[in-house]
Amino acid sequence: MPEWLTQLWPGLEASAALLALEPPGWGGNLLRGAASSLIIAFGAFSLGCVIGVGGALGKLGGGPVARDLLAVYTTVVRAVPELILILLLYYAGTDLLNQALRAFGYRPIEISGLAAGIGVLGIVQGAYATEVLRGAIQSVPRGQIEAARAYGMSRVQTFRRVTFPAMLPLALPGLSNLWLIATKDTALLAIVGFSELTLETRQAASSTRAYFTFFLASGAIYLLMTLISGKVFSWIEAHFRRGQAGARA
Amino acid sequence: MKKLILTASALALLAGAAAADPVRVGVAAEPYPPFASPDAAGNWVGWEVEIMEAVCAAAELDCELTPTAWDGIIPALVSGRIDAIMASMSITEDRLQTIDFSDPYYNTPTVIVGQRDMAMDATPEGLAGHVLGVQVSTIHQAYAQAYFEGQTEIRTYQTQDEANQDLAAGRIDATQADSLAMDDFLSSDAGACCEVKGTVAMDESILGSGVGVGVRKGDDALREAFNRGIAAILADGTYDEITARYFATSIYGH
Amino acid sequence: MIRALLQPHRLGLLALALALVVWAGMTLRWDWIPRYWELGLAGLWRTLWLLVLSTLIGFLLAVPLGLAQAAGPVWLAAPARWFCTVVRGTPLLLQIWLIYYGLGSLFPQYPWIRQSDLWPYLRQAWPYALLALSLSYAGYEGEVMRGAFKSVPHGQLEAARAYGFSRWSVLRRIWLPQAMARALPTLGGETVLQLKATPLVATITVIEIYSVASRVRQDTFIIYEPLLLLALVYMAIAGLIALGFRWLERRYATGLV
Repeated sequence: MPEWLTQLWPGLEASAALLALEPPGWGGNLLRGAASSLIIAFGAFSLGCVIGVGGALGKLGGGPVARDLLAVYTTVVRAVPELILILLLYYAGTDLLNQALRAFGYRPIEISGLAAGIGVLGIVQGAYATEVLRGAIQSVPRGQIEAARAYGMSRVQTFRRVTFPAMLPLALPGLSNLWLIATKDTALLAIVGFSELTLETRQAASSTRAYFTFFLASGAIYLLMTLISGKVFSWIEAHFRRGQAGARA
Repeated sequence: MKKLILTASALALLAGAAAADPVRVGVAAEPYPPFASPDAAGNWVGWEVEIMEAVCAAAELDCELTPTAWDGIIPALVSGRIDAIMASMSITEDRLQTIDFSDPYYNTPTVIVGQRDMAMDATPEGLAGHVLGVQVSTIHQAYAQAYFEGQTEIRTYQTQDEANQDLAAGRIDATQADSLAMDDFLSSDAGACCEVKGTVAMDESILGSGVGVGVRKGDDALREAFNRGIAAILADGTYDEITARYFATSIYGH
Repeated sequence: MIRALLQPHRLGLLALALALVVWAGMTLRWDWIPRYWELGLAGLWRTLWLLVLSTLIGFLLAVPLGLAQAAGPVWLAAPARWFCTVVRGTPLLLQIWLIYYGLGSLFPQYPWIRQSDLWPYLRQAWPYALLALSLSYAGYEGEVMRGAFKSVPHGQLEAARAYGFSRWSVLRRIWLPQAMARALPTLGGETVLQLKATPLVATITVIEIYSVASRVRQDTFIIYEPLLLLALVYMAIAGLIALGFRWLERRYATGLV
């Protein structure tokens, strides 16, 4: 360690030792936590996108009942704090699912913390994704869809070949925002005791009483995840916007 | 996820007594030294973790340590995310309405630890006008709310460690907690600020009759198994051997 | 409004919802409400003033942050952009803990802090909660305001300058009002997000409405009912925020080019 650095910041050496990757340093724990945060965020984001596609299509082309139910879903999820949804779904969700399984004569299943975390955050993400994708689909020019139908494409084909590729560039900024929310919302799982980056940080901080060091370190990890995924998304966006200069919304 | 899989002893396998499904034993995900806390390698260590291993081995249970948020540990048990709680949870009348408990496996007094330079004791009058920190969902929170609330400002923390941290920072005047858990803090650098101000007056209906293993209501087979295990390690000296490595005195009932 | 509710399928859904509410009222436990409603109101009050104050302070910070990024010199724009990136790139829960426990862990090293006149405030938890929430709102809104400032047509500003407006009065009378009007729809959504962030301060001992619900759970072991009621309360507040911003939008954001 350079002399001037340690003079400038006397605690640096101790902090570096605490953050070392091998025990007794806690850096390895933080990275493991970051990995599970990323896994959950990715799972929740994917699930959210699937729900979002279904929700958007339902809101645009579904029956009146489906549309109203979807409106209730998106309104409730977007108005109630994620923390409360997570507590309700994490405990009650498992409970209800197993009661339902039992009622239909199936064996209750064991839902891992990982699956529950992905499920809960996915449901939250789904509500926002529904709105993002609905907006994007709506801004695809009607004429393109009608033309595809006139060419004899089925509804599925039209969606796959025309609507989806045309709406993707419009949806990407919203989706990239959702991904960032997903990575940060994983922190809320710390409150139900799921061991991701924030909980690992808290454990390391209270075991070593070096609160400042660990909170700053994990903030840096989150920031790194955000910045890198921001780059990835802008690259994807540039890729899908090829030849769509006019589609800039 | 950090899991500590405890394999049943060979004897248990021979006897064919090992259950097919592992018993998921919940510990508080927030560190509670010296009872249960994760080390830098991600393993859970502490007195209660070792006791759990010993009890499970003696009771021929295939236990799986499952860190769970303390504040939601009873909901987690009731909803079936975990099968038992071994997280220094005292057996109280309130909790018995929701879950069942095994026989107690330790019991220590409840103390008030406060700033050295402040005059106070462990009575409602002695704490009047002070700020008292307690951990959420504990007997200490319930006791403080029953006896001190009103004259004393009560702050509720997610973990005892955070309350200790704020005690050292001077943001609270005192904390009410388990005496053994506080020993660790008082012997650290941060604990130099503070001292034990006294033991609170006993109220068994709130403070309970010792710490037991929490199980779902009606899960009598598991409760009996834990009782057998606790009795076995008490009888064969394992309990004392583990305790001696952590504490100077016996902590089984006082 | 009423007619929209009278469609046959909506009547069916409403009946179903009503049945659910009646079922919840009959079978779930609500006997704890009389004992806790006073605490609940106090908690609600604290949630509301934390929300209002933090959005106000946050917004006051967001205007210079947005302006610096939209039109400031590099030495102002770069730090402002970094601030917004850091706030938006890290979880609020972590920011709250860093500000409360991180700063708290520094106190024992500096004894003079405890002798200062600010100590009675620094001891309490709400100033940290307010600070964390305000900074977070400022970070998100700074980004929104940057876009809003940029979207005001440049010609208008130049025209105003040509009419002899000073830089300051251009900002006060033309640029800021228009930018705010453009930001209003986003601000409404962001304020609902801010409301949804307030329960996180319960983890640093601030007693707001969420922590009252937690206390009900701890005292009575009733798990779902307080959370369900809480969800309704937040939905009601979110609804009021949405209505309020719709009114503001109608009032101020009409006739924008």
